[in-house]
Amino acid sequence: MNGSSLAAVAPELLRLGVGLLALVGFIAANGMLLLYVERKVAGHVQRRPGPFEVGPHGLLQAFADAGKLVGKQLATPAGADGLLFWAAPLMAFMPVPLMFIAIPFGENLFGLQTNLGLVLILSFAGFNVLALCLAGWGSNNKWSLLGAARAVSQAVAYEIPLLLSVLAVALMCGSLDLRQLAGSQGGWPWQWNVAVQPLAFFIYFVCAVAETNRAPFDLAEAESELTAGVHTEYSGMGNGIFFLAEYANMIVVGCVATALFLGGSQGPFAPGPWWFLAKMYLLVTLVIFMRWTYPRVRFDQLLNLNWRWLMPLALVNLLATALAVKLAG
Amino acid sequence: MAILTAPVQALAAVWSMVVGLRVTITNFFKPQETIHYPRQEVPPSHLDSFRGHIELVGTDEDPAKARCIGCGLCAELCPSFCLKVVAEDLPADPTVSYESHNGADQLMPRPKFKAPPPSQAQPRKLLSYHLVYHTCSLCGLCVQNCPAGSLRFSHDVYLAGASRGRFEFDLMERLRGQAAHGGPKGGKAHA
Repeated sequence: MNGSSLAAVAPELLRLGVGLLALVGFIAANGMLLLYVERKVAGHVQRRPGPFEVGPHGLLQAFADAGKLVGKQLATPAGADGLLFWAAPLMAFMPVPLMFIAIPFGENLFGLQTNLGLVLILSFAGFNVLALCLAGWGSNNKWSLLGAARAVSQAVAYEIPLLLSVLAVALMCGSLDLRQLAGSQGGWPWQWNVAVQPLAFFIYFVCAVAETNRAPFDLAEAESELTAGVHTEYSGMGNGIFFLAEYANMIVVGCVATALFLGGSQGPFAPGPWWFLAKMYLLVTLVIFMRWTYPRVRFDQLLNLNWRWLMPLALVNLLATALAVKLAG
Repeated sequence: MAILTAPVQALAAVWSMVVGLRVTITNFFKPQETIHYPRQEVPPSHLDSFRGHIELVGTDEDPAKARCIGCGLCAELCPSFCLKVVAEDLPADPTVSYESHNGADQLMPRPKFKAPPPSQAQPRKLLSYHLVYHTCSLCGLCVQNCPAGSLRFSHDVYLAGASRGRFEFDLMERLRGQAAHGGPKGGKAHA
């Protein structure tokens, strides 16, 4: 390929390719970082040091863990459906870079501008449920299957209030383009959407934690009851990819929350990607702290919380927003 | 009424979660309670409640001499047979009337697992006191029942070994060694 044919490639396509590549690197680096942060937070919350032996203050622990995972044998359990079993981790991870592509990290730092960015993210997020479902079914294991059943009913339930809360913001700004949604907010906290839509933000945050199967909503893993839920039969990198996808999903929900509710890359003094990342990491840290604070909810509590509280509240919030937008417009 | 109380309860529940987060976040910034073992060691003040293998307690006058009166009750009581006490009778003090050993002079025979207190026992001299720690279950019957208060749990947290011999102790020798090193003095028998 010579220079002239490279120039012939549509710049949009080139941007997409480079963006995807950069985002995969971003996801992998974040997986390592969050693994370390998670274990350190867990340690310090429980008044112990956390990882400490590998590297200064255990900084290289994530690399040691990754090396261990990569070095392990990939075993397919007897009686498992090999195709579905190995399709599941791939299906859990592959949509993740696509979700990142529409996220506006900065004024001009994004993979793809599309007027359906929000829909793109939400629809690719649905793949995670399918992946967990396949993993549970393909494993030929009762714990995996139970975990998958829980994961699916949970994800299906929490997707609705999540969509409704996001829709309220979209209605307000009249757009589904994340870049426009983020750009429509001001630099100071009281100009952010969270100041106008605190209830929607709260509902979004709770649902996002539930959607990513994080504690206190990690019933799909529930190690005390289901050994590891859908991950039970996965060894080595099979398990590792699920974990990477979980951390990447945490980042995605953090990014969407930042873009929708917290003003995106806008901030007081010197707006830019650093503001976006700071807000996003703050949310992710909060999610990590929640894991080490709250006990896991029971299954009926999980569904009651959704169908009896979040869903009606999100509906009322959406109707009120629609009314306000209609009256103001 | 539920429609009025439920939202209040829900708000209280949400607030309780904020309180919970405050607890974990404050603990996050507090100093750690654990130590980095190979580089640091537990301060002795934190070892009071540690129950290591048993050890002999020295007398107040001579820390190298055990308070033991050689009655052998500990070895008798031990459910794991891990104590071996050897003692010999000393000449009796004629001014004291001792309880008999076999209880033949009493109307009711003395229970097997009972020893008279030191002042009423025939004096005996402790010759050797051996502990086979690898069968010990640390039940503490010997420590609890010693009539002379001559046994207690040691605070040896770092005991480790690769052979059986490492866990067989001559406790009299150990006591002499402790006294020479100014180790634990006589005093309280057990916590």
